[in-house]
Amino acid sequence: MRLDEFEERMLRGEMGPIRQRALEQQMQVAQFFDAEDMVEVQQAHIMADTEALGEAGVAWLEKLAGSDEDERRVLIPTVTDPRGADFKKFAEIRQDPAFVELERRADTAFRALGVLMTDTCINYQTIMPPVRGEHLAMGDTGVVIASNSVFGARSNYEGGPSALAAALTGRTPRYGFHLDRHRVGTTRFQLATKPTCLAEWGAVGGIIGREMRSYFEVPVIDGVESPPNSDQLKHLGAAMASYGSTAMFHMVGVTPEAPDLATAFDGKVPEPEIIDRARIETFLAGFQPQTNAGKLDVVVFAAPQLSLFELEMLSQLIAGRRVHPETALLIATSPEIKAAADRMGLTATIEDAGGILLEGVCFYQMHARELGEANGWQRLMTNSAKLANIIGGYGYDPVLAPMDRCIDCACEGAVG
Amino acid sequence: MAGKLLQGHPGIGPRVEGEVLAAKDNFSARYDLDRVNGKFSRPQHALYGESYVDRILVLDIAKGGVATAWMLNDMKTRGLAPKALLLNRANPIMAQGAAFAGMAMIDRFETDITQALKTGMRVVVDPGTGKVEVLE
Repeated sequence: MRLDEFEERMLRGEMGPIRQRALEQQMQVAQFFDAEDMVEVQQAHIMADTEALGEAGVAWLEKLAGSDEDERRVLIPTVTDPRGADFKKFAEIRQDPAFVELERRADTAFRALGVLMTDTCINYQTIMPPVRGEHLAMGDTGVVIASNSVFGARSNYEGGPSALAAALTGRTPRYGFHLDRHRVGTTRFQLATKPTCLAEWGAVGGIIGREMRSYFEVPVIDGVESPPNSDQLKHLGAAMASYGSTAMFHMVGVTPEAPDLATAFDGKVPEPEIIDRARIETFLAGFQPQTNAGKLDVVVFAAPQLSLFELEMLSQLIAGRRVHPETALLIATSPEIKAAADRMGLTATIEDAGGILLEGVCFYQMHARELGEANGWQRLMTNSAKLANIIGGYGYDPVLAPMDRCIDCACEGAVG
Repeated sequence: MAGKLLQGHPGIGPRVEGEVLAAKDNFSARYDLDRVNGKFSRPQHALYGESYVDRILVLDIAKGGVATAWMLNDMKTRGLAPKALLLNRANPIMAQGAAFAGMAMIDRFETDITQALKTGMRVVVDPGTGKVEVLE
């Protein structure tokens, strides 16, 4: 590996042991992926909810936070993914105060490093959209796939320790999606139908993701007649990343590196796999109730956090209605968008109906298994294909449906 | 089978020896595992219900999100972790997680590792050279 003078000095320990260790770990990963050098990055985005960190991770962070300030401060703007607890609303959902305390400790430690606690997975919609060609170290799969695909920026999946290392060193190993040759399309899918709602865009993402055999596979989607909007691409990408471990896709005529098929594939264009209505319906059918029990315990809108427009759509669907007394309705958004929703009366509409609008969190990283046990939640309904994919492993029975059907069922207290 | 050597790409972490738990299925620490009890918990997973503690875990490809990068270290600290990860294809998260945890990991073998190794075999995993040796 080639290192520049700054990196050589850091590796020798001239900038303190924390940055030295961070660079050493980055170099282990670099060598694993045969990276030739490091690339400077413009921002870092750290995933570090305490469900993932654990006590070990939090203790490690606190040790960093206790070091000399010049040794521990991040060198580039650094933001965070959703945390594992809403500090204002955790009691309403019976979250264990011990978990919440762990989150507070992590929050305090990160602040000492100079990290900006944005607590969001929709930072590309609400904090700082990426710019084409810029190199980043982003730590949420939905954020990475959006950054690479929709914006034409360049990032690999940077897990918590790796994103933090990038924040502390200001660079990351130059492999994967930082390189032109890895951004070329490898597989072709043709949309033969127009997805009608966010759940269907997520289904398309899940269909493609399931086919992906490797992180380095880059699907190309053509057949799209009118460009999807930001929220539709958000659901498509988040699901694709979740089902596939996929970091980039091209959408011909929509995403910046795919003006046409030939450019997307840099030459030979393969035959497409067709995604038609039947395929979407089959996908959705895989997430319908297995038993006839009917009772709906919880409806969750999250994964990803909702944008202002999604919150508005939801509030219009629920205005003047009441969530069934034996069903919970949870909605996750970022602190910035929650403040906007408060100011614009959307929060009041949702809460008057009995919904709980959470900020700075998602759902599955709030210790969802324990949350389910504490609240008696097993049957869960959502319009997020990503959440439906994940939540089964936490002991839930997920149902995937469009937002309007989820709201109807939340009010009826049952899956129709 | 004893003495058979399998060659992968040089990996991460220390040299270890242990018993294989293998399946032709994928791996995500967040989606597939009950990390409190040390078992596979996603009902659709081929290893559903099995304990992965101290096993040489052999699976196909890394799937899902970024949480595994923190989780491998937390699992190791609590003494409820695989001894090594052998995958056909890791992703950056697995590599980052293994580096952070000091956990042995090798991928990109010359053959399909989920076919070459079976549950119950004893192996030595040497990430420095990328080699896995079957003991029995």
